[in-house]
Amino acid sequence: MAIIREMFKKNKKRYMTVPSEAAKDMPEGLMTKCPECKSIVLTKDLMKCDKVCPDCGHHYKMTAYERVDCLFDEDTFIPMDEGMKTVNPLGFPSYEEKVNSDAEKTGLNEAVLTGIGEIDGQRTAVAIMDSHFRMGSMGSVVGEKITRAIEKATEEKIPFIIFTASGGARMQEGVLSLMQMAKTSVALSRHADRGLLFISVMTHPTTGGVSASFASVGDINLAEPKALIGFAGRRVIEQTVREKLPEDFQTAEFLLEHGQLDAVVHRSEMKKTLSTLIRFHTKEAR
Amino acid sequence: MVKPLPFEEPVVRLKDKIEELKNITDDAHVDMTDEIRSLEERLQKLEADIYGNMTAWDRVQVARHSERPTTLDYIAYLFEDFIELHGDRAYGDDAAIVGGIASFGGTPVTVIGHQRGKDTKENIRRNFGMPHPEGYRKALRLMKQAEKFGRPIICFIDTKGAYPGKAAEERGQSEAIARNLVEMAGLRVPVISIVIGEGGSGGALGLGVANHIHMLENSTYSVISPEGAASILWKDAALAQQAAEAMKITAADLKEMDIIDEVVPEVTGGAHRDAAGQAEAIREAIRSSMDKLCPMKTDEIIEDRYRKFRNIGVYKEGEN
Repeated sequence: MAIIREMFKKNKKRYMTVPSEAAKDMPEGLMTKCPECKSIVLTKDLMKCDKVCPDCGHHYKMTAYERVDCLFDEDTFIPMDEGMKTVNPLGFPSYEEKVNSDAEKTGLNEAVLTGIGEIDGQRTAVAIMDSHFRMGSMGSVVGEKITRAIEKATEEKIPFIIFTASGGARMQEGVLSLMQMAKTSVALSRHADRGLLFISVMTHPTTGGVSASFASVGDINLAEPKALIGFAGRRVIEQTVREKLPEDFQTAEFLLEHGQLDAVVHRSEMKKTLSTLIRFHTKEAR
Repeated sequence: MVKPLPFEEPVVRLKDKIEELKNITDDAHVDMTDEIRSLEERLQKLEADIYGNMTAWDRVQVARHSERPTTLDYIAYLFEDFIELHGDRAYGDDAAIVGGIASFGGTPVTVIGHQRGKDTKENIRRNFGMPHPEGYRKALRLMKQAEKFGRPIICFIDTKGAYPGKAAEERGQSEAIARNLVEMAGLRVPVISIVIGEGGSGGALGLGVANHIHMLENSTYSVISPEGAASILWKDAALAQQAAEAMKITAADLKEMDIIDEVVPEVTGGAHRDAAGQAEAIREAIRSSMDKLCPMKTDEIIEDRYRKFRNIGVYKEGEN
């Protein structure tokens, strides 16, 4: 019996298709297979539970618009700077084409969606990065959009929340990308000066220049479970220190253990957590 | 004898030839004065040609030259009574960043800079000038101290980047750099940063949120090393030379993009040929920045820094 079962398994494997990376992250078909526990769920059901695997709790990557739906009270979100366009300052071949193709794919003008909305009736400025757009990398437009969102929050004296998801700086814009780290920082400094709340929510992945700027300096730093968060890439570190890194290296849980995070928050608790934190920081509460 | 770089070889060969002729003149009592003079004229032309037309990659080589003057070299030339201050008060003392208090022409200032070594032993001690989080936290501690006592801050930037290591991640490399960016933005005293060698990414920027940024003519400032850029963009680190050009990392490039304030000219052949002479050019740059920044009121200083970084970026405005 066992032998027959074994043969059956093998057969099954041979005819199984390997889903592409994109398919793993973006449930588009009727059914979705969890990349962690391999269990199969109806995509419709997955979307109902904020794109978290009902079996193992794996947090799927979310698009910026999906996050808006999860976070804000219905029909309160008003986007900002949706028409701003990336140019090709260093003249890299086919850079604009790549950006345009991702814009078409995601419906975003760049790797971040910014705007203002209400969380349980509390007006909040937000920036949501989307790793489906050029790996969420930060160039001039991403830096400018985030800066304007922070400035808007400062002007209106409201909290600013950022959801980070980024591989780091946008190589094709060179040192201009690097300087977006400084630009967003000078804006955050002003926002902080006015005694306003800034919450950073790090989602998978948050690395490089984004991790080494706004993502790490929230008054409160949160992260989603298992999110990859770090300064340098794992491969670079392994080559530098010539040792095997622990399995959980640079995960949200690893950062929490090393004192780099305030809390790891499950997606189903995120809105409630943010809403409560904002309430604690309103004038009436103080 | 300073080790020549590949692009300088024609100059070195010609210099050797002249030296040889001079020796012959001395030893064999043959008069070669005319030949020597003509060769020396040729040398001048050749030097002007080679050093006047350096490629980005040539400059990368000069910026990385093992004998290029470091932060501590310039501190010795430019300041009096330097007292080094150590430690971040939380974990340790990072030798890849040095800092302290000194006098600049009679004015007390806080000086901070990346510090690499010139030989293997010192490079190991200083981790090749690649800081850990405690280095950035020491720098921030010294900046806050300068702010308390109203001292201008002068930073020397010279690093391949912040160290990509396990311990660095555990202790929060990202947070340490990020904290410096935000805190530097709000400093109530003038900050002047000078890129003296390599300005490598976030690790450089961690000392770079300044009112004025100067770059030595042969220094570089980039989001990633040319080798790194080549391997990410074209999956081939050997294309570093092309990447150095494409990434626009030289002082002239950054000046053109309006990111830096001034290009500090270097002595012929690069700063390592004459450290004392180079220090004088840097002194001028610091002096002129201090003259502009020191009379400013606190609010103006912060506003000036805000404006500087707020305006960096190239994009097209669109309709919503």
